[in-house]
Amino acid sequence: MMTDALNTLTIHEARDKLRAGEITAAELTEACLSAIEAAGALNAFVHPTPEIARAQAKAADERLRASEEAPALTGIPLGIKDLFCTKGVPSQAASAILDGFRPGYESTVTQNLWDAGAVMLGKLNMDEFAMGSSNETSTYGPAVSPWRRAGDDTPLSPGGSSGGSAAAVAAGLCLGATGTDTGGSIRQPAAFTGITGIKPTYGRCSRWGIIAFASSLDQAGPMTRDVRDAAIMLAAMCGPDDKDSTCADLPVPDFEAALTGDIRGKKIGIPREYRLDGMPEEIENLWQQGAEMLRDAGAEIVDISLPHTKYALPAYYVIAPAEASSNLARYDGVRYGHRARLEAGEGIVEMYEKTRAEGFGDEVQRRVMVGTYVLSAGFYDAYYNRARRVRALIKRDFEQVFAEGVEAILTPATPSAAFGIGEMADADPVKMYLNDVFTVTVNLAGLPGISLPAGLDAQGLPLGLQLIGRPWEEGDLLNIAQALETRAAFVARPAKWW
Amino acid sequence: MSIDTETARKVAHLARIRVEEERLPGLAQEFSAILGFIEELNEVDVKGVEPMVSVSPMRLKRRKDVVTDGNRQEEILANAPDAREGFFAVPKVVE
Repeated sequence: MMTDALNTLTIHEARDKLRAGEITAAELTEACLSAIEAAGALNAFVHPTPEIARAQAKAADERLRASEEAPALTGIPLGIKDLFCTKGVPSQAASAILDGFRPGYESTVTQNLWDAGAVMLGKLNMDEFAMGSSNETSTYGPAVSPWRRAGDDTPLSPGGSSGGSAAAVAAGLCLGATGTDTGGSIRQPAAFTGITGIKPTYGRCSRWGIIAFASSLDQAGPMTRDVRDAAIMLAAMCGPDDKDSTCADLPVPDFEAALTGDIRGKKIGIPREYRLDGMPEEIENLWQQGAEMLRDAGAEIVDISLPHTKYALPAYYVIAPAEASSNLARYDGVRYGHRARLEAGEGIVEMYEKTRAEGFGDEVQRRVMVGTYVLSAGFYDAYYNRARRVRALIKRDFEQVFAEGVEAILTPATPSAAFGIGEMADADPVKMYLNDVFTVTVNLAGLPGISLPAGLDAQGLPLGLQLIGRPWEEGDLLNIAQALETRAAFVARPAKWW
Repeated sequence: MSIDTETARKVAHLARIRVEEERLPGLAQEFSAILGFIEELNEVDVKGVEPMVSVSPMRLKRRKDVVTDGNRQEEILANAPDAREGFFAVPKVVE
């Protein structure tokens, strides 16, 4: 096999070849490092770590030689979203306020991956503090999708906030990548770039060492080329952790073993409230085809109602900024990152205000201030408490349909295919927020959700479908997703231009 | 609800973010648009519904109240923009 194709293998293909001794982790890692070096135009990897990668690949090859029982990810090269703290390696959430920050510790999720034998290729671009749906709010500049519209070289957004992760996996720069998802930040970029991304149940992955955005919504998850890879990588990422009190003390099931291909008799719900006015016909058609494919696999398709769906986005845009304003209070120029230069006579308040004005980009400033406002005296009850009440109702909607025997819910992943970089620049912030309309309910209810590619639009861009599962039933969700993946038979890959 | 320039100024100060005077009216307008969107929540009947505290019904984990880590002064100060004699240094706070 040609070495230059190794970087486009799936994780499970590479795993089998590594174990069979057909390839080495060193060769696989070099293939990815070369692909990264040649992909500067995508601006996906913002802090490559070739030295760490080569050392880990060497250790992986020794481990593979020594034992046939080497863990699942031994020798598998991955990219890590810049939101994860990685020891001694820049970890700045794509924000200027964390310029120069090198954590003295490793996040639990990345430590779990290294313990499972994975190789770190570097840190990936994202929206600043994970606030955005296009990767355009990054201090590193936007990541660029490897996809282009047919006959058109407009640079497209890979989505966000995990835009660098999505671009890197879709372009074959790494075999998989970590993402995080607060309102859709794994699933929307996965849909825009024709890859698979799962946000597990809240509490499945430890949040320790992941730079916090909105603590009651944030979850990490894998972004991969297929469902089997998502199952393998998720199993390695999650598990109990004493360092995060919201991380569940539940054993990690063998998600890959759950992929039986048998979904006969499963009840899949189609929520009528997800049919939006003005939704492109292509999305509507794809959704219907998805339902047909699941029916073909033996599932029972039922119409369901989730009546509070339309209030999910406004509730999210109270709760997430409120939590962000509190989490981001720590960036004050004292302990880490950027500190503004002060004029004579300026004191500590000026230091805070100038540091945060210089260090935070526009969208982060906007959300921190909206959060500050909704939490301020006199408005707390009207905005924040009301949003938390509505959130309880959104969760109840899901509980009711699950109690009626529905095992998963099928929806579109995004209201459109990828848009061009800069195309949303003049729109008001609310228009960008609409990208999360199908995904945000899942974060509010703490449920697992997976996005997988299911077709192409008329311009040749990928479109994704989302499946939503019951709490802690990621195995079952992945199995249903794989049944859909098999029937959708999505094989399109972006033509290399970079 | 529409936000005026004065409120925008107050919120910026509460959030400890310096906003130049000429940017305040634009910011107030953006806040108003976002709050207008949020106000859809007023249509929902939330009588008798408790505000959600946690998405999963689990009790937060407890651990023994003991020291599990420490003695990392150097590591902790390593990222500080200004550290002196084992402390974080900041502009004078008390006259």
